[in-house]
Amino acid sequence: MKALRKYLDKIKPNFEEGGKLHWLYSTYDAFETFLFVPNTTSKSGVHIHDARDSKRTMIIVILALVPALLIGMYNVGLQHYLAIGHDVTLLTKFFYGFLAVLPQIVVSYVVGLGIEFAMAQMKKEEVAEGFLVSGMLIPMIVPVDTPLWMIAVATAFAVIFAKEVFGGTGYNIFNVALITRAFLFFSYPSKMSGDQVWVRTADTFGVGKGTVIDGFSGATPLGQIATTEAGGFSDFAFQGITGQPLSISDMFFGFIPGSVGEVSTIAILLGAVILIATGVGSWKTMLSVFIGGLVAVLLVNSFAQNAIMEMPVYYHFLLGGFAFGAVFMATDPVTSTRTEKGKWIYGFLIGLIAVAIRVFNPGYPEGMMLAILFMNAFAPLIDFYVIDANIKRRMRRATVVKQ
Amino acid sequence: MQIPLLGDAEEILRGSVTSEYVRICPEDFHGITPKLAVKIDDTVKAGTPLFFDKNYPGMFFASPVSGVVTNIERGVKRRILYIEVKADSTNLYEEYGKKRVDSLSSEEVKKSILDAGIWFLIKQRPYDVVAVPTKEPRDIFVTGFDTAPLAPSADFILNGLDADLQTGFDALAKLTAGKVYLSISPKTTNKGLCEATNVVITEFDGPHPTGNVGVQINHIKPVNRGETVWTLTAPDVAIIGRLFNQGVVDLTRTVALTGSEVKQTGYYRMVIGTQLNSIFEGNITEGISLRYISGNPLTGRKIDANGVLRAYDTQVTVIPEGDDVHEAFGWASLSPKRYSAGCTYPSSNKKYRLDARLLGGPRAIIVSNEYDKVFPMDIFPEQLIKSIIAFNIDKMEQLGIYEVAPEDFALCEFVDTSKLELQRIVRTGLDLLRKEME
Repeated sequence: MKALRKYLDKIKPNFEEGGKLHWLYSTYDAFETFLFVPNTTSKSGVHIHDARDSKRTMIIVILALVPALLIGMYNVGLQHYLAIGHDVTLLTKFFYGFLAVLPQIVVSYVVGLGIEFAMAQMKKEEVAEGFLVSGMLIPMIVPVDTPLWMIAVATAFAVIFAKEVFGGTGYNIFNVALITRAFLFFSYPSKMSGDQVWVRTADTFGVGKGTVIDGFSGATPLGQIATTEAGGFSDFAFQGITGQPLSISDMFFGFIPGSVGEVSTIAILLGAVILIATGVGSWKTMLSVFIGGLVAVLLVNSFAQNAIMEMPVYYHFLLGGFAFGAVFMATDPVTSTRTEKGKWIYGFLIGLIAVAIRVFNPGYPEGMMLAILFMNAFAPLIDFYVIDANIKRRMRRATVVKQ
Repeated sequence: MQIPLLGDAEEILRGSVTSEYVRICPEDFHGITPKLAVKIDDTVKAGTPLFFDKNYPGMFFASPVSGVVTNIERGVKRRILYIEVKADSTNLYEEYGKKRVDSLSSEEVKKSILDAGIWFLIKQRPYDVVAVPTKEPRDIFVTGFDTAPLAPSADFILNGLDADLQTGFDALAKLTAGKVYLSISPKTTNKGLCEATNVVITEFDGPHPTGNVGVQINHIKPVNRGETVWTLTAPDVAIIGRLFNQGVVDLTRTVALTGSEVKQTGYYRMVIGTQLNSIFEGNITEGISLRYISGNPLTGRKIDANGVLRAYDTQVTVIPEGDDVHEAFGWASLSPKRYSAGCTYPSSNKKYRLDARLLGGPRAIIVSNEYDKVFPMDIFPEQLIKSIIAFNIDKMEQLGIYEVAPEDFALCEFVDTSKLELQRIVRTGLDLLRKEME
């Protein structure tokens, strides 16, 4: 490490004001601070600082995403080999999924971070770490068969128009990863929904070649129930891609078709535990999303007219992006409400709206993305009223004094 | 939140410290414009005015020692950086005459303190500046304990000052039509505080920032727009009491020498402005770069190795500077040397040796609910900070700017993931607001 430090010190003058490579200063700084803790000391105010910084916070979130990512990768392989009817080892399945997902992660990071680095350089600021999380989220919430160029275009759009135009990390109104997904969803609907996109049937870099077996259907469980002809939930059964019945445990462990990140509820719960234990994610937001969802489902259950209205609440939590959105998306501190009371209202409404969209919108079986984006827009309004209560109390106190 | 730092002061009085030169820095007295009352080579006694406030010419600032004025150092725009007095070997005091407070009127008490040059001990909210003598304070708040990291024990530094404290409280009671509030902690044993009369005693229990006067005011009776309250610390009340009891200005304090880099911590008696190099010499870690602080590590001022004790401080701290440390992959570190108030690092019950590094780069405010946890007042700190940055006067007033001082944001600044200079932001905001309103 000492040699590295020496090397950094040696090349540093090139990047400083007047140096040949000054136009890359932010990039240099990003790498230097990635490798070594900056040794700048406090100039005003407190003389000691907490060891937690923005990098630590983001790393914890990424760590929390890893279980869902790994099981998601395995599931990509699992679904693929089911679809082509091959029986292979667990490792092969994982390897296939890893190969399928890795390019998406690379593309998302290269495009997003590239823009971030360039913007930071233009503004002569340090590179903010926010995209490290967004860049990981993006491949986890899109169908595995999304073409790479689409991911690149959508990521660029989201980073520029949902984040940088507002001022960068910390100033954005909408969750960047969800804007990426929304962009894809409305621009390329055929690649983002239906029953052809959730299971990768083609080979990846030559791995896993084969032809799809007869009777294959790649619809997600939520897609199945949204389009079912069955009159009630009791007449309906979730099916896997080869027509095999899906059990609750399949849904809990994540062996169902769906986006990489959302399928495994247990991995998401593990992530939630990490986020809550480290205090990085707000348990209030997470809990209130589930409460909101529960209330909404109980309501629609009570006057159910069709299968999806009758679907019990645990299916809602296990299927689709509900849990993933509650744990990783709703808790984004920048786009959620900033006040603690506000978080209860914000989360509750996300759960409520997500279920409403799922149940009452026949064309679109998943509601989490739109629910969160919708509440992102309303988060400042919720905060306004929470803070206004505090202001009113203070003003009242002041007028009492005057009399 | 109590930051577990190494270097608590041992409760032993290690002697009195004098220095050849004593320096008074007008920048300590926030909110005043100093005008010199002495020239170089003037002879002064302890208690002789060195300078006064341009806006309130009756408000003098006393010399802590007797001697000869040797230097008046000025900085940019001819701002006075410090006034240096070469101290006599025996201290001569300006005689102000012993007075019985109960026989004095409110105006006489006020004039005595102003004339003696120790009015600066009284500060005011809003704006956290030296109290404006012409403003009528609604109440006066005295803090009887300090919860800051490595803070000196109030019981120890107030030992034997019972009579001065009581006289000080009586004098303060004359200065307000409202009440004098004194805060104590459950651990307070000092009789001068526990058995004080003429004051309303309130007991506060809990970690820092419970000892901050801002928190105490917010819980007892918050400051509203248009109101003024005065604040003091108990050691300063004793100095005021001494003026009436003995008729002299004696700015001697018992000061704690603390910090992880001090070999032998303890207490010293000294006047404000005393050069500290004699207590540092041979008593601190050598070979690494150090940060000397007059005050505590959260709100103190950075000083040099030959710096002086600043006007309001009862504590001197030495910690590592840390600019010679290169720590690899800090974001992935599981090192037990790193301390975090949150849970993103493994925690232990041990005490830490923290240095002055920021441990990160400045960012926009990202993490929510971070400030609220260490800000036990009925105020939204993050929103208030944002309104100060935007300098939206209406919003600042609505969100409670009149109730806060920079020190109230010290812990927020410590825990801040975004490494923003919150105390500086609040200080600038208060100064601008004062200019705008007065």
